[in-house]
Amino acid sequence: MRRIGIDVGGTNTDAVLVSEAGVLHAIKTPTTADVTGGVLNALKEIVAAARGKLGRVEAVMLGTTHFTNAVVQRRDLMRTAAVRIGLPASASLPPFVDWPRDLADLVDGGVYLVEGGHEYDGRPLVNFDRERMRAAAKKIRDSGVRAAGIAAIFSPLNADCEAQAAEILREECPDIAITESRALGRIGLLERENATLLNACLSDLAQHTTQAFQDAMRDSGIDAPLYLTQNDGTVMRADFAAAFPVYSFASGPTNSMRGAAYLTGLDEAMVIDVGGTTTDVGHLRRGFPREANSTVEIGGVRTLFRMPDLLSIGLGGGTLVETAPLAIGPRSTGFRLPELGMVFGGDCLTMTDLAVAAGGPKIGNPKLVAHLDRDLVAAAMARASEMIAEAVDRMKVDAAPVPLIAVGGGAFLVPDQVPGISEVLRVEHQAVANAVGAAIAQVSGEIDQIFAEMTREAAIENARRLANERAVSAGASPASLSTVEVEDLPIAYLPGHSLRVRIRVVGEIA
Amino acid sequence: MSLRQFTRDEIEPLAVGAWILGTGGGGSPYYSFLNLRRLYDQGTRVDLMDPDDLADDDLVAVVSNQGAPLVGQERLSDPAFAAKPLRMMEEYLGRKFRAVMSVEIGGGNSFQPFLVAAVTGLPVVDADAMGRAFPEAQMTSFAIHDLPMFPLTLADIRDNEVIVSRAASWKWMERISRKICTEVGSIAATCKAPRSGREVKDCAILHTVTKAVSIGRVVLAARRRHEDPIAALLEAEGGKMIFKGKITDLERRTTGGFLRGEAKVEGLDDSRGDSLRLAFQNEFAVGWLNGEARVMTPDLICVLDSVSGDAIGSETLRYGQRVSVIALPAPPILLTPKGLDHVGPAAFGYDLEFKSVFGEPVP
Repeated sequence: MRRIGIDVGGTNTDAVLVSEAGVLHAIKTPTTADVTGGVLNALKEIVAAARGKLGRVEAVMLGTTHFTNAVVQRRDLMRTAAVRIGLPASASLPPFVDWPRDLADLVDGGVYLVEGGHEYDGRPLVNFDRERMRAAAKKIRDSGVRAAGIAAIFSPLNADCEAQAAEILREECPDIAITESRALGRIGLLERENATLLNACLSDLAQHTTQAFQDAMRDSGIDAPLYLTQNDGTVMRADFAAAFPVYSFASGPTNSMRGAAYLTGLDEAMVIDVGGTTTDVGHLRRGFPREANSTVEIGGVRTLFRMPDLLSIGLGGGTLVETAPLAIGPRSTGFRLPELGMVFGGDCLTMTDLAVAAGGPKIGNPKLVAHLDRDLVAAAMARASEMIAEAVDRMKVDAAPVPLIAVGGGAFLVPDQVPGISEVLRVEHQAVANAVGAAIAQVSGEIDQIFAEMTREAAIENARRLANERAVSAGASPASLSTVEVEDLPIAYLPGHSLRVRIRVVGEIA
Repeated sequence: MSLRQFTRDEIEPLAVGAWILGTGGGGSPYYSFLNLRRLYDQGTRVDLMDPDDLADDDLVAVVSNQGAPLVGQERLSDPAFAAKPLRMMEEYLGRKFRAVMSVEIGGGNSFQPFLVAAVTGLPVVDADAMGRAFPEAQMTSFAIHDLPMFPLTLADIRDNEVIVSRAASWKWMERISRKICTEVGSIAATCKAPRSGREVKDCAILHTVTKAVSIGRVVLAARRRHEDPIAALLEAEGGKMIFKGKITDLERRTTGGFLRGEAKVEGLDDSRGDSLRLAFQNEFAVGWLNGEARVMTPDLICVLDSVSGDAIGSETLRYGQRVSVIALPAPPILLTPKGLDHVGPAAFGYDLEFKSVFGEPVP
């Protein structure tokens, strides 16, 4: 098995070549403004590093913030028609209602409300109004809008209305890019619809970008399928990513934690990722980051995406330190550490300088920090250790001691002894944990549905079957599927043992 | 007659404060909050009325949005629909309402009278019948005062309308209306038994809209100043910090239409080394500190995000969350022997003698 993992970050594009034996090669190149140029460079460098011994590459897995950034920076977004099926319910809160004004002005390509949708138990709310849908489709065609998002009430339970609406829309507007909310799962109409509309408005960019990534692979002479990483630590095929760019939102921290799991071989551990400006602490369970449960806003839009539960503190290698009185951060030199830090000849006192003075990492010129007061150095390092210990303790949920994996460029700030931690693990290639996490990613399927009139066991089994189907259609091998997350929530007020089941399965690439 | 306009900058604080007063239940006010903000953006304004200004024979509508919070995430709250049962009730009684009020200030129902008011032009009375959230009709101050529980009107978004003209007791009214609500998709707008101005002044819990707004303001202001919103809230409301920690175990089940369950919280900071077991039945009902009952209903048990001070509902509790469990004083009527019969620990099936964390109520 040979796989290439790529992480396109704000500063660097990292690439690794991995096999069963582990990481074979790792390189870092600057990220380019067009993103794909940096990816091509990274691929070429990896090919060069392998010196003709690349072997057959089975897959290239790429993590990118390109689509998130397009939303955040309000660029390359298409005007999108919003079709909501659910009248007479929910009429007073139409699509785009909770979007930031500037983003809605860019994306809102018309709102069409149609009668239909379902109840929580799968009964129709009212009959789907096909005539009204036909009229809406004609209006959308006449408006010239080239993307559309369709959301029906309780479509995660019964997607008939969305499927029919999409068919009608396609008949009237053959070239329109359509996103149906049923594909994005999760109960919560407004949030699911928001994700649907964000996805639809990224249609062109997603097509172009995934095509450009595939061109870059061809130009570097690598003949392998391309996958993009998702925020749950798994990947989707490039053609799937071209249709569902929203799934790539914020996959970076997840890749880093997954990389940490792989590099150490641990499935249950805490991970601390010390960068230049911040430190993120998270929790691995069954090899995946524990998910945050608060609603996640992307570019100011409320969504239900899966994000790792991370605690971020203002401590990193570039964090600025004041001496009288002693104060650490949160200000940082950021990417300018190599010119501003004392060990590099600059005049800013950073955590890197203190760690070098304390006899830690061999970075820059240690003589440039030899004059620092010993007590000050010791006090600052002790304070940083306390900050780390506190962050770890806040995230820790097991009473028993657990291992802590230290990754990232500033991992040397993590002390060897942390209260409640059985062992601090440091590994080779920890600085490219992101790209490693991408390289080893699996394929997942998720279901969030209400099941009524059946036992808890039957409901979970049904959900598992549906999630498996979803994973297989996303490219997983059926034999390799395993369940990584099951949550069942009995629902107050609903009759007949109604149970909401959320389940996630993962498997190897088929 | 003193009416004052409820201002646009009170809407968000009402949402934050009402969700805290929901004590884990009542459903998040988010969608209703969006509705009201949108109505204000379109130029609608709602007046808030001091209950003292009601004439004894004024007729007051008590409204609610009844049902499962989860269904409310797909079938979003809607002002036109919220107002329908009130119109039905006026027609049934042959009388016009003078004002509208909420049955419960905790959670999403805090906004229901505002949505109805925006459509009808009636003022909202600064009062409710719980001072928090509770799951059932007999848990209101009106029930504690033995006021009549009928008639009740209920409307669905389709053309289904139901009038419950009589019920044998508050519990019967709860059973019948719940059954109907379930049949129409587990969400319905209702107008409860109408109240006279005299009844509101004597038997409602007064000035709770103002209280919710003020709680929300304290939390939002502290957050803006990067200060501890929970400390600010405790000081402003005379609350007590019960426990600070992270959720390490969680178990839920539904029985009898309640979301029941328990969360285990392991201590952090001042609570380090201790553990709290927190039981909920939609709302948080009892907390045991290291095995001893420490806090119980009807004292308000609120679980807040330790950083933001935002309320966390019993449906949104998650493993690993860092939370602060606080108590706020309950309205005095709930602490009377009669009040405790309706909403004390025994009413929720706990064999505990009620003891407030705030000591004996002042007679």
